[in-house]
Amino acid sequence: MTALLDRSHSGADVALEVHDVTKTFQVARSASGNNRLRALDGINLTVGRGETLGLVGESGCGKSTLARTLMLLEKPDSGTVAFEGQDPFGLKGKELLAWRRRVQMVFQDPFASLNARMTAGEIISEPWATHRSLYKTGREREARLHELLQLVGLRPSDAKKSPQEFSGGQRQRIGIARALALNPELIILDEPVSALDLSVQAQVLNLLNDLQQKLGVSYIFISHDLSVVRHVTDRVAVMYLGRIIETGTTEDVFERPLHPYTAALMSASPKLDAASRPAERIVLQGELPSPLDPPSGCRFRTRCWKAQDVCATQAPPRRTASEAGRVALPVPTLRGAAPAAHAAECHFPLEDPQDAGLRATAAGT
Amino acid sequence: MSQTTQDLPGTGPAPAGPALPDANRKALRETKSTTPSLFRLLLRDKFACSGAVVLLAVLLTAIFGPALMGDLATKQNLLFANKAPFNPANGWEYFLGSDSLGRSVLARLVVATRTTLMVAVPAVAVAMIIGSLWGVWAGYHRGWRENVSMRLADIIMSFPSLLLAVVVLYVFSPSVANIVAILALTRIPIYLRTARAESAELQSRTFVDAARTFGARPNAIIGRHVIPVVIPTILTLATLEFCYVMLAESSLSFLGIGIQPPDVSWGLLVSQGRQYLQTAWWLSIFPGLAIVITAISANLLAAWLRIATDPSQRWRLAVPGRKKLITRIPAKESK
Repeated sequence: MTALLDRSHSGADVALEVHDVTKTFQVARSASGNNRLRALDGINLTVGRGETLGLVGESGCGKSTLARTLMLLEKPDSGTVAFEGQDPFGLKGKELLAWRRRVQMVFQDPFASLNARMTAGEIISEPWATHRSLYKTGREREARLHELLQLVGLRPSDAKKSPQEFSGGQRQRIGIARALALNPELIILDEPVSALDLSVQAQVLNLLNDLQQKLGVSYIFISHDLSVVRHVTDRVAVMYLGRIIETGTTEDVFERPLHPYTAALMSASPKLDAASRPAERIVLQGELPSPLDPPSGCRFRTRCWKAQDVCATQAPPRRTASEAGRVALPVPTLRGAAPAAHAAECHFPLEDPQDAGLRATAAGT
Repeated sequence: MSQTTQDLPGTGPAPAGPALPDANRKALRETKSTTPSLFRLLLRDKFACSGAVVLLAVLLTAIFGPALMGDLATKQNLLFANKAPFNPANGWEYFLGSDSLGRSVLARLVVATRTTLMVAVPAVAVAMIIGSLWGVWAGYHRGWRENVSMRLADIIMSFPSLLLAVVVLYVFSPSVANIVAILALTRIPIYLRTARAESAELQSRTFVDAARTFGARPNAIIGRHVIPVVIPTILTLATLEFCYVMLAESSLSFLGIGIQPPDVSWGLLVSQGRQYLQTAWWLSIFPGLAIVITAISANLLAAWLRIATDPSQRWRLAVPGRKKLITRIPAKESK
């Protein structure tokens, strides 16, 4: 923990930087005659070292496309991705392999992401078939395989079993072990627990947390489960129709949302504590608009209760909390000191919903 | 398991040391016994097992039979012409009857086994290897490679294969190699289409995406993730194709551009015996039976192989009385 803090204070602490990434898919022509689906529309994102960034949003808003783009499974139309200053889309051969080694991914469905014809050991050691220089001898690989199995809480004897002999949680552990096999610095977790039941979710989340403490990896945690995101992330980015509409520390975004969409999202997530429940739930009208025909101006205006004429004509600028007329709060301690500014893209950001007293206790914790 | 073995030698007394690896080994053996070997599984399935036995017998006949029969297959004996089968008085040579020249049907059948397999097996193998590798490649890469491959397959398939064979075998001499080549060529599209369809589906699966994320090359992914899945389907198809190729070879032989007498194949025997069908049925029926029995055995084995090579379905074979799985629970028990 102290090591992590030390690192975050040293100069360059941004691990991944995504700048203005756009991705368009060719699809069958829609009713309006448009066949270009803009899945990502100018995504800007940073992830600090050793930090967990949550990525939340409705189904179909482009979360998984962003993850696939970051894993080079899709090629963006424009924009740049840089991990420790290196853009993978310009790399080839050995340099590209070296880049891939540093960024790995855990997939959503632990049943589809493991080949049923291989044993757990074969699955976890599969990356080394491509990255031969990492562990040169068979003995080294064997030792590392056992180490990885123990790291994710499996037994070395499990290496000989095939995936269908494991439970969902154990399978996801195999998927995590495979992602760890190349000693990555950033792991993209694409809904890693949404296919698991609640008790197993907790186990896997704790495992991920332990691994971060031990190895100092950064996570991008993609999820639509807000309570999970709140529990594990340091910062949160909210996505809507291919754009990131709000970013900030987890506490800022959850407690003091700027964007109306974020506020609606937060009020939709159930809370146990009656005192922290909002007075009235914000219920959004209508469906997520088709990304084939996104609304003009602000993309959220069709469902926004604060929308005015200007929202239809002008895309909202990105504004930080203080620019939006809020009292600047003391920035809470962060593991990675990546830009922690709380910002949203909205013409009419929300007033601070909490009274001064509540805010004080929130800052004090 | 190994955690306990690592911990205990330090804490426990010395005698516990040698006992533990034993227990460890026993546990290992137990985990292994949950998935019995393929051979044991084959022995448990009586249909597949008998199919395998028949195919083995056919193979051994093809290898050793002609040498054992010597020149019996071509030796004419007009005293024993047109003898009916199953008459012990004629001696074992004529147990399956004789043809109009007094040649032993049994001996000719045995000799024809080798010729038949020498055409059918290479033709199926060549078409299978080329077609499935090509199909897997086309399906994995999609795009123009897939389109060009599939249109080529369409061209081959739209051309009447028998006409193509007639043209080719007229221009070149009707040797075994040429028959194999033309049969293989006309059957490649079958494997190509099957392999492409399965490969195209597999390449979009998450575990293939996972392999891409750590930079595995397309050929490595095809070898590791696509081909093992495609093989059972292709093998099943190949056994079906084996029957087709045997019949195609007999058609070519019937037209006079296949196997040339005095060589004989099962298909040629059937077509030669056709004109005597009303007076000497055994001339066609026995080679025909040989084709049918070989084909059925191959199919039984293929059906079993498809399940046995799929780890997610193999347990079906390991369940002792698997028919009991389907028995219905009486309604009154469940209330």
